[in-house]
Amino acid sequence: MSDMKRHGNDVAPGDGPLDEGDTEGVGAYLVGLALAVLLTGVAFFIEGTNLVWGPSIPVALIVLAIAQMGVHLVFFLHITSGPDSINNVMALAFGVLIVMLLIGGSLWIMSNLNHNMMSGDRTMQMAR
Amino acid sequence: MSASQAATAVSHSDAVLVTRRIIAGYGFWIFLLSDIIMFSAFFAAYAVLSAQTAGGPSGKDLFNLTNVAIETACLLLSSFTCGLASIGARTKNSLWFYGAMTATFFLGAAFLGLEIREFAGLVARGAGPARSAFLSSFFTLVGCHGLHVTAGLLWLLTMMAQVLAKGYRPDIQRRILCFGLFWHTLDIIWVALFTVVYLLGVAQ
Repeated sequence: MSDMKRHGNDVAPGDGPLDEGDTEGVGAYLVGLALAVLLTGVAFFIEGTNLVWGPSIPVALIVLAIAQMGVHLVFFLHITSGPDSINNVMALAFGVLIVMLLIGGSLWIMSNLNHNMMSGDRTMQMAR
Repeated sequence: MSASQAATAVSHSDAVLVTRRIIAGYGFWIFLLSDIIMFSAFFAAYAVLSAQTAGGPSGKDLFNLTNVAIETACLLLSSFTCGLASIGARTKNSLWFYGAMTATFFLGAAFLGLEIREFAGLVARGAGPARSAFLSSFFTLVGCHGLHVTAGLLWLLTMMAQVLAKGYRPDIQRRILCFGLFWHTLDIIWVALFTVVYLLGVAQ
């Protein structure tokens, strides 16, 4: 068991608090499951409803997805803001930066290309 | 680690005694982040190409949200049972570990079965990956996630067999930790996937 106990002020990603028996760990997973089910349910509900102003739906879906990813990170992967997982958070922050550069940059460049190719539909078809 | 090394590590007030479990977990976390970056490239390709249907069917015509909701439920529950399995492994409770790992396997297999059925249905309707740029990027993105789930299921069975054969040794525990991280990360990618591909695809 010595290999698995938390030493000093560092913790492996995925290792939640589990020093006082197993019930505390199950609680975190249950909270995570409840929040994830709620967010997923709202996302699927919003998609098919007429109660929400139409153009707001894509934004709402993306916000819900980001919130649910946060829930998964905190309650399932145990990536918290505590001092014992600072290395995990820094790695995650760098990963998020690269992901945003990659997706945002691709969309930006390609929409610019589309805009500049607007001279003729034929040109656009050839460019693809 | 020898006694003198341990003493040096403890003597510094802010020194951290880094266990192999932390090193393995952190290294695997770095791998998972690079895996997420690879997926983000496929997401970017899908976002750019999703409107290029070449006169063929769009996501609105093809996607069955009931099927996607069931897939989502399977994967989310399997992520939960995987968490229970990792608790079972850390407390060395075999009933929890084997029970939760079995539940994770069947939920993951159900997800994979539904996805294969969906793909087969699309190909049968003439909406295979060769139909349009939209469908090429769709099959690449969703299929890549499906391949990850397949690899995860094989890994899951391997971990059950290793615990059965070797018990809860520290090295086996490290592998179970990495497997749990892998499986939870697949669920995070699926959250992005069902939102961007299916829900936004049908909403448009």
